[in-house]
Amino acid sequence: MNVVLKTDQLSKDFGSTRAVDDLSIELNRGTITALLGGNGAGKTTTLSMLLGLLLPTAGKITTFGYDFVKDRYPALGRMNFSSPYVDLPQRLTVRENLTVYAKLYGLKNIKNTVLEMVETFRLEDFIDRRVRKLSAGQKTRLSLAKALINNPELLLLDEPTASLDPVTVAWIREFLQKYQVERKATILLASHDMKEVEQLCENVLLLSRGKLVEEGSPQDLLKKYDRKTLEEVFLDVSGRKEN
Amino acid sequence: MQLIIWGFVSLHFGKNQPELSASGILISVVLVWDSLFRSHVSYTLSFLEEMWSRNLGNLFVAPLRPWELMLALSSISMIRTLIGMIPAALLAIPFFGVSVFEMGFPLLAFFFNLVFTGWAIAQVVTGILIRYGLGAESLTWVIPFMIAPVSCIYYPLSTLPPWLQDIAQLIPTSYVFEGMRALLLEGQWRGDLLQKAFLLNCFYFSCGLCVFLFAFRSARKHGLLLQTGE
Repeated sequence: MNVVLKTDQLSKDFGSTRAVDDLSIELNRGTITALLGGNGAGKTTTLSMLLGLLLPTAGKITTFGYDFVKDRYPALGRMNFSSPYVDLPQRLTVRENLTVYAKLYGLKNIKNTVLEMVETFRLEDFIDRRVRKLSAGQKTRLSLAKALINNPELLLLDEPTASLDPVTVAWIREFLQKYQVERKATILLASHDMKEVEQLCENVLLLSRGKLVEEGSPQDLLKKYDRKTLEEVFLDVSGRKEN
Repeated sequence: MQLIIWGFVSLHFGKNQPELSASGILISVVLVWDSLFRSHVSYTLSFLEEMWSRNLGNLFVAPLRPWELMLALSSISMIRTLIGMIPAALLAIPFFGVSVFEMGFPLLAFFFNLVFTGWAIAQVVTGILIRYGLGAESLTWVIPFMIAPVSCIYYPLSTLPPWLQDIAQLIPTSYVFEGMRALLLEGQWRGDLLQKAFLLNCFYFSCGLCVFLFAFRSARKHGLLLQTGE
């Protein structure tokens, strides 16, 4: 099975506003795809539906071959996510948080898995520190450690490098590339950072007002719009759609 | 604190109007009533802690089913309730000469019924919280006090005006305290009252479950699970 996640005419209405409109996409195994769009384009709404946090108004989501809208639980154990809009319990330490999530995902050999994640994400010095006392960069690394604790085949990331220093950003990008190659993982990344997208992603989905307005590899899009950067392509497409 | 305040009230009554504090009734009902308050508050607070820390999004993308979350909250609530109650009940023995443990098996029946009521209320409150957010937080503290007057904790059901008696008879806690008074004052075990309390609790617990599941679905429909938090 090459297609890990597929949506068919996925839509979401909030009252009279259509936040996501007839979205049909496919994510193949072992690819990193970017979900791009301006504020209010429908990125977070789309991610929320793909995670089961939001019920679609219409359409179908198939994840690992399961009808995700009807029964998401068989798929949830094989996926994970990280977002700056959610946090981990502030009163718990790094170790406690990772242990709780390791248990929630039904992992065996929890102690070793937690230590492994702590080492991978360079959190050894803070392992028994409460989350509330971590810096923004450390919190992001912990959030990613949580997102990877179950070794997910499908990883959904909402702005994984937002408001981080360049060193941490570079480290996270490198880590994600390595993880995708080694695990053959499928990653969907919502981001505003075009450089990040150019560097990491082999496929781009561009949303505007909830609609998929462009799709392709960064190279294809640059060629199609005759631009040097993805940012220029983004402005072209967004401008065109706004007008 | 409740134990200390009511302990001294009970001592005062014991000197002046002994019939009001006979068999340690005041201290016993205060301690047992606390099991409802504690079970409800610990259940709801554990849930609120997840909301305050904006952790609901992480929890609900894990393969955690709503009933598993409710089971976890109930278990934590039971542990916290016992941690709060057992020392208070033990302290009442040397300080006020009242041992609720002397009630024996009926104490367990009273305790579990009240904990059951506490969880039923907590399910409704957490359902409202998940649907309407932290603006509804004050319900956590208000609802147990709202049912206190019709629970007939400190006075018999017959004290209430007839129309309020009708309402009290729909509340499981009123049967628990009537049963406790019958046991402590008359030495009579009223299984019929406990049975009514239990049946009403089953009904309210089922209603609470439905409210929570309905609110959870509604929160998923309106995209509230990612938005909750401080």
